[in-house]
Amino acid sequence: MAALNGAVENGQPDKKVPPLPRPLRSLEVKYTKIFINNEWHESTSGKKFPTYNPSTLEKICDIEEGDKPDVDIAVEAAKAAFQRGSLWRQMDAPSRGRLLHKLADLLERDRVILATLETMDTGKPFLQAYFIDLEGCIKTLRYYAGWADKIQGRTIPVDENFVCFTRHEPMGVCGAITPWNFPLLMLVWKMAPALCCGNTLVIKPAEQTPLTSLYIGSLIKEVGFPPGVVNIVPGYGPTAGAAISTHDSIDKIAFTGSTKVGKLIKEAASKSNLKRVTLELGGKNPCIVCADADLDLAVECAHQGVFFNQGQCCTAASRVFVEEQIYPEFVKRSVEFAKKRLVGDPFDARTEQGPQIDQKQFDKILELIESGKKEGAKLECGGLAIEDRGLFIKPTVFSEVTDNMRIAKEEIFGPVQPIMKFKSIEEVIRRANSTEYGLTAAVFTKNLDRALTLASALQSGTVWINCYNALYAQAPFGGFKMSGNGRELGEYALAEYTEVKTVTIKLSQKSP
Amino acid sequence: QIFINNEWHDSVSGKKFAVFNPATEEKICEVEEGDKADVDKAVKAARKAFELGSTWRTMDASERGRLLNKLADLVERDCQILATMESINGGKLFSTAYLMDLNASIKTLRYCAGWADKIQGRTVPMDGNFFTFTRHEPIGVCGQIIPWNFPLIMFVWKIAAALCCGNTVVVKPAEQTPLTALYMGSLIKEAGFPPGVVNIVPGFGPTAGAAISYHMDIDKVAFTGSTEVGKLIKEAAGKSNLKRVTLELGGKSPNIIFADADLDAAVEFAHVGVFYHQGQCCIAGSRIFVEEPIYDEFVRRSIERAKKYTLGNPLMPGVQQGPQIDKEQFNKILDLIESGKKEGAKLECGGGRWGNKGYFIQPTVFSDVKDDMRIAKEEIFGPVQQIMKFKTIDEVIKRANNTTYGLAAAVFTKDVDKALTFAAALQAGTVWVNCYNAVSPQCAFGGFKMSGNGREMGEYGLHEYTEVKTVTIKIPQKNS
Repeated sequence: MAALNGAVENGQPDKKVPPLPRPLRSLEVKYTKIFINNEWHESTSGKKFPTYNPSTLEKICDIEEGDKPDVDIAVEAAKAAFQRGSLWRQMDAPSRGRLLHKLADLLERDRVILATLETMDTGKPFLQAYFIDLEGCIKTLRYYAGWADKIQGRTIPVDENFVCFTRHEPMGVCGAITPWNFPLLMLVWKMAPALCCGNTLVIKPAEQTPLTSLYIGSLIKEVGFPPGVVNIVPGYGPTAGAAISTHDSIDKIAFTGSTKVGKLIKEAASKSNLKRVTLELGGKNPCIVCADADLDLAVECAHQGVFFNQGQCCTAASRVFVEEQIYPEFVKRSVEFAKKRLVGDPFDARTEQGPQIDQKQFDKILELIESGKKEGAKLECGGLAIEDRGLFIKPTVFSEVTDNMRIAKEEIFGPVQPIMKFKSIEEVIRRANSTEYGLTAAVFTKNLDRALTLASALQSGTVWINCYNALYAQAPFGGFKMSGNGRELGEYALAEYTEVKTVTIKLSQKSP
Repeated sequence: QIFINNEWHDSVSGKKFAVFNPATEEKICEVEEGDKADVDKAVKAARKAFELGSTWRTMDASERGRLLNKLADLVERDCQILATMESINGGKLFSTAYLMDLNASIKTLRYCAGWADKIQGRTVPMDGNFFTFTRHEPIGVCGQIIPWNFPLIMFVWKIAAALCCGNTVVVKPAEQTPLTALYMGSLIKEAGFPPGVVNIVPGFGPTAGAAISYHMDIDKVAFTGSTEVGKLIKEAAGKSNLKRVTLELGGKSPNIIFADADLDAAVEFAHVGVFYHQGQCCIAGSRIFVEEPIYDEFVRRSIERAKKYTLGNPLMPGVQQGPQIDKEQFNKILDLIESGKKEGAKLECGGGRWGNKGYFIQPTVFSDVKDDMRIAKEEIFGPVQQIMKFKTIDEVIKRANNTTYGLAAAVFTKDVDKALTFAAALQAGTVWVNCYNAVSPQCAFGGFKMSGNGREMGEYGLHEYTEVKTVTIKIPQKNS
């Protein structure tokens, strides 16, 4: 999975496969404080909060707990770093890009450390943290490093005697509130475009998973970003998070998390200073498998699509619609896959599924599983926790699911695959779109007309055809409807981090 | 040697040619001389590397960018070697080669590396029941002919843009200065570019160069050099296979100084603008128009500035001006200087050869230059500064534009109206206001009129290296 550089030796591709990386067994957590102005601070209140390893249920360490006063200090630092004439404002655009590239270099250097921390903090399998999360972080940083000096305005042929052009200026101080499912990756998705466009940041990582975000603070300092450009305040949503969304000196806020909290943030933004808002929220993503699909491919993609990261993905394929004719075979093969899925210690190289993030999520998932059983879905396998194993849940498959069941409507965020049946394309379009969510969708078919009809008909920010979770820095990502506002990644993210200024100069005589 | 498929080859003919140090007139070494047969081999390799399904065609765009960044890392690693080579081969001041040429090359590679995975097509709302989108595909095999004034930078300007868009290239460096281009071949191989993606064939214009411009299997030719040769290349392209053509040619760029300008700044910029790299720049500010009231003072200060020079071996610290590139240029410049004297311009300083070894020419300043003199019309490409007088805005706009060239121009003034009027009125691809030679990979660069076709650098440079394909798919029913 590590990227090959395409190098060819004597006409033959390089056949050597590099050995698998290994996690660091006794890793000491070095960074546990609040990061402001490139320095580490204790919380104003003196309070700390614990962070746990969901796999062992042991406390990893205590973290300084940020609240409104700490957010205020961070915002002051970010504002100062954004002043006209500051180092950051005066820096050449390609130099901003160079800093992002260097940050990527340091992530590459400390890749094993970061992957180990991420696994300790989230319970995700180490090899996935290494090959997927860290790979995405490095590539996204490099992608946006390339954009830094290509944030281009326009010259505009206006009427009458004027010379007119636009500047695409940075918005200013951006608040970023990041989730616990891909802590570092979701942070980089925000940090990279924000910095590339010249903004400064105040970040609040999820309270369950602050470790990698704080570690990246140390790298930001090492790379040489000026003080105040990136500030990181760990803490809780209702305190530190709310302080950010209501702050009068924050110009923009970006949030990834639940739809429920996303709405609160948007409301807070409107009530305070009309700060610009981008939101990446939940999903109940349809995965449509037509009878003419490559069945093996569809089964595997649907499986990974829902079970990846312990089911804790906003892109989870949590409504699998299978065309009637192939339904029994699809269910049979999916159950086989689910039964084979190796659940265990995320540091073990063979593990495919680790624990859920915390007790709250664990309980919620089990409750939804119970509702599935109660409401009449057919439990094909799994359906309960792995005994004596803390937060681990058996990969669960439900068939004969109908659209009105809770497991078909609510975001589960766990290793549970509901499989439903459909007859016609018109019907499945209607049913797939029949949700307030609209993040992603997938279609498995060999038929061109069907593929493109569905691509256009599905109300989702991303439509995958004959694949799943194909997410790359170049392609914009975001939700229709209540799955979000705005787009991350690609060129489109730049628009979310710039404020357009039009400059118009009067001339004594018109210039064509 | 000749670089094809990441390997080093002797020339098919067995011939070699000599490469010289213009400061000492001594031979540095011999280089394999490529001709049509070698170009054919190179084109075959480039074509194969461009085939559908090849490593290069199936490589992720981001990986292409990664390779360009890696190449930049290697250039950075070997910058001292490259700067020394550029200085010895090109007569360029070592400090300039190290601080400007190498820096610019590295920055350009990194700039284009960033574009690789941002070559984006569009979806298009066509009439009818269709789904339509565009692909911005690489053009194919690109022939690139590089000049001798900025051998490394010009090499990088060409390959960085071409490679970032996914093309394969056959490069012919100038016969005077092949060394850094060939060294780059070794770095390209080390960086990991697949074989055949970059091929380098040193040789002469009428042989290797013509073979490229007439080649039936080259999809595009990019040339930087004289307007005279540029016309030949475009003709060849038309006569052969209608290959796409971009040209960066000569200039006779006007530099307009108003009485309200910051005089010290204007004098300095005007000086560097014409004397940089011994005057061997396509953007040399070789017609300086000074507003009457400050004319005398401007001339006086310019002479003072020009007299401050130490000439010598460009490798030595403390030297401010090196040699011209070769005997042909040397003679041409001296001939134009003589014409200036003969046609009645006032020779203020310099005016002839310096020393008796190496192609050195004294920094020369002419005042009271009239527009019909040869030194005011022809590109000199040497350390010769022409200073003319003007009275009004309309007059100077007319005179500045009165040339078949149109590469760059500058205006020095504190007045906003004047600045923006000139920005619009001057027929030049780049207009500088209160500065000169401000060139950077982010900014599109190229000529109006006969200074060139097309643009290099910036986002615009990408257009020249992509071929747009529209894909239209019939669908049962369109919805917007």
